[in-house]
Amino acid sequence: MARKNPSREASPEVSRRKFLAGAAVAGAATTIAAPPAAEAATPPVAAAKVPAVLRPTAQQIAAETELPRVDSPLGGRAGSDFMVDVIRSLGIEYCYANPASSYRGIHESLINYGNNTMPEFITCMHEESSIAMAHGYFKVAGKPAMVLCHGVVGLMHGTMSIYNAWCDRVPVIVVGGTDLDAANRPPGVPTIHSGQDINALVRDFTKWDDTPVSLAHFAQSFVRAYKFAMTPPYEPVMIALDAELQETSIQERERNRLVIPKYVASAPPQADVSALRETAKLLVNAANPVIVADRVARTPEGMKHLVELAELVQAPVVNLRGRMNFPNGHHLSQPPGQLYAQADVILGLEVGDFWNVVNSFTDNADNEGIGLQRRRAKPDAKLITINSVELNQKSNYQDFQRFQPVDISMVGDAEASLPSLIEAVKLAISSDRKAAYEKRGEGFKKAKAAADERAMAAAAVGWDAAPITTARLAAELWGAVKDQDWALVAASNGSSGWPERFFKIDRHYQWIGGSGGAGQGYGVPAAVGAAHAHKAFGRLAVAVVGDGDSMYAPGALWTAARHQIPLLTVIHNNRGYHQEVMHVQRLSNRRNRVANNGKDFGPVGTRIENPNIDYSMLAKSMGVQAFGPITDPKELGPTLKKAVQVAKAGEPVLVDPIMQPR
Amino acid sequence: MSAFGVRMGLAAMAAGLVLGLIGSGTIGSGSALAADAARGKILFTEKYGCYECHGTQGQGSPVTGPKLAPNPLPYDALSAFVRTSNGPMPPFREAILPTPDLQDIYAYLQSIPPAPDYKTIPLLNNK
Repeated sequence: MARKNPSREASPEVSRRKFLAGAAVAGAATTIAAPPAAEAATPPVAAAKVPAVLRPTAQQIAAETELPRVDSPLGGRAGSDFMVDVIRSLGIEYCYANPASSYRGIHESLINYGNNTMPEFITCMHEESSIAMAHGYFKVAGKPAMVLCHGVVGLMHGTMSIYNAWCDRVPVIVVGGTDLDAANRPPGVPTIHSGQDINALVRDFTKWDDTPVSLAHFAQSFVRAYKFAMTPPYEPVMIALDAELQETSIQERERNRLVIPKYVASAPPQADVSALRETAKLLVNAANPVIVADRVARTPEGMKHLVELAELVQAPVVNLRGRMNFPNGHHLSQPPGQLYAQADVILGLEVGDFWNVVNSFTDNADNEGIGLQRRRAKPDAKLITINSVELNQKSNYQDFQRFQPVDISMVGDAEASLPSLIEAVKLAISSDRKAAYEKRGEGFKKAKAAADERAMAAAAVGWDAAPITTARLAAELWGAVKDQDWALVAASNGSSGWPERFFKIDRHYQWIGGSGGAGQGYGVPAAVGAAHAHKAFGRLAVAVVGDGDSMYAPGALWTAARHQIPLLTVIHNNRGYHQEVMHVQRLSNRRNRVANNGKDFGPVGTRIENPNIDYSMLAKSMGVQAFGPITDPKELGPTLKKAVQVAKAGEPVLVDPIMQPR
Repeated sequence: MSAFGVRMGLAAMAAGLVLGLIGSGTIGSGSALAADAARGKILFTEKYGCYECHGTQGQGSPVTGPKLAPNPLPYDALSAFVRTSNGPMPPFREAILPTPDLQDIYAYLQSIPPAPDYKTIPLLNNK
């Protein structure tokens, strides 16, 4: 609850909030522009502004339309101006937001006092999109963006994206408006959109939250939130922002006490040195070591260190692609194949689901329908993990995955721990092992070349098929962008991993991983946010996104057009929710029933057809240049080249090919 | 890659391994069948949803299901796997997929022409 200023309590007319509320109750007309509240119950003009099923009350109309008598009753600076100063002190570039009355105070300060720079207000069409954009932005920029969202309902819209960011270990600073003063806030909708503790909505999947009750408190909270979010494991944070705190002027007695705390980044936690030494001994002496990388290398240095570690002992790296991690053209970049089964040492680095590395799960009818679960690794394989996530876990949501016992468990940021591990490995290596390492490396070079050749031969199958194959899409896309400074900001699972086979991903910014929580609606907005960060570097951002995922948040395309964010979006338009097709098929077969396809090409409820969606028309309606639908595979390459030119000119562009399911 | 992606990838590899073993001749060679390839294509795509994981041309996917064509496995081997699969692909028993339908599907797979040599496709030699 915001602390009250005694002088304000004694002078009701100085509170803008109270003024509005009072005006609504009294029906007092204070300006020429605003109608008396009593008359405002049914005025045709005012009613037309309110797109509601139910007729708005006089109080609601008054709260939304009347102007305050005095803009800044006490004179001086608004509290939210100071908030902008705090935000600016942290170098936050963008505020992704859908506008809302509960944060109008800081909204006004951002665009007028702050002149809409640092941060710039980026208009979004849904809070789920705002947060996904900030998610994608961070993974390219390496620094967080902030999101403003409406109290209660806006935050409810945003929860899925916050969960994605949580599971993907990405910092987003979410600020939600709310009006804490139950006795004085505007009645009706603003009260419905206020909560006693809106942070409770997301507390299970944010690292920290607070509800500041003074401006000094806000300064500390915001800097603390930034610091916590940016200390590995990175995670989203939440601040509830009282409307009155935003809108009240800075009090005289408070003015001289307001300071912005200095932000100093915390050194990331590192793994224990003695455990690293033990790990190094196991790695250098292993016959078949395997490194499994998930959300590890997010910087050029991190990638360089992971390459150095792998090369020192010529250990294969299985890249789970939660981050860039490792160049895919390197001979030590290997698919899991039989590696896990043959390994005597498996080192997992920031692996989100280590159980699923060590074990396999087959979703069949075994074990009375539970499915077949088997250990994949050898029983005596040494299992080692470095993971920062153990430093920050909560109980409710199960993103910590199944429990996997290991031999050495290190809590720390894997990327920050790599230099120490490398030094320990160098010290542990004896010269008599080097020949074995070289032989191992040669074997992986041959395996890599053979796998590449097999992949190209496989890509040729169905080359001229319509619908277009995922392999052909990836090949054509690579052909169109390979001479540019490109970055793949999304590649849906539906692409069957083909983009990763064609694109030579060797720079840290060329791959940013997936959504984390596998919640739909991430692809397009996260790609827009990532492209926004790439824009400053003049890079060509490319996204391959699923059609079903895209329809959760198509409005993100409008944001890209409005803010001139160059991005080449390719819809993997297979006209279905393929992932769900197989679940229904599996259960139908298990129950000895033919899956009911209705009039579609897949089980009822899993297809997006009849009618088919025209993504090109959809994009064009929002000011995005678009091509398609493309059915002839021969037209795809030339179209993609045209689209690249649009993106290079600084605009978003969309291509809609009709695709094979996978 | 998501947990689901990893799971499906590993499962697909397991399925591929089983198919490989069957195709090596442990079950028997194929036979020419008097079946309807055109009908088989419709069954493959519209009724049984085989294309969802294996593609309309039977080209397969590294994630969801192995290549079925061109040059499908011998019918006996394919049929045995379809009936008894215990991997990520559920078994399609006689009650779900009658033998005449499976034979037509096989005829369709047999009718798919050979793939071009990847070395003749510039984009597949585009390092």
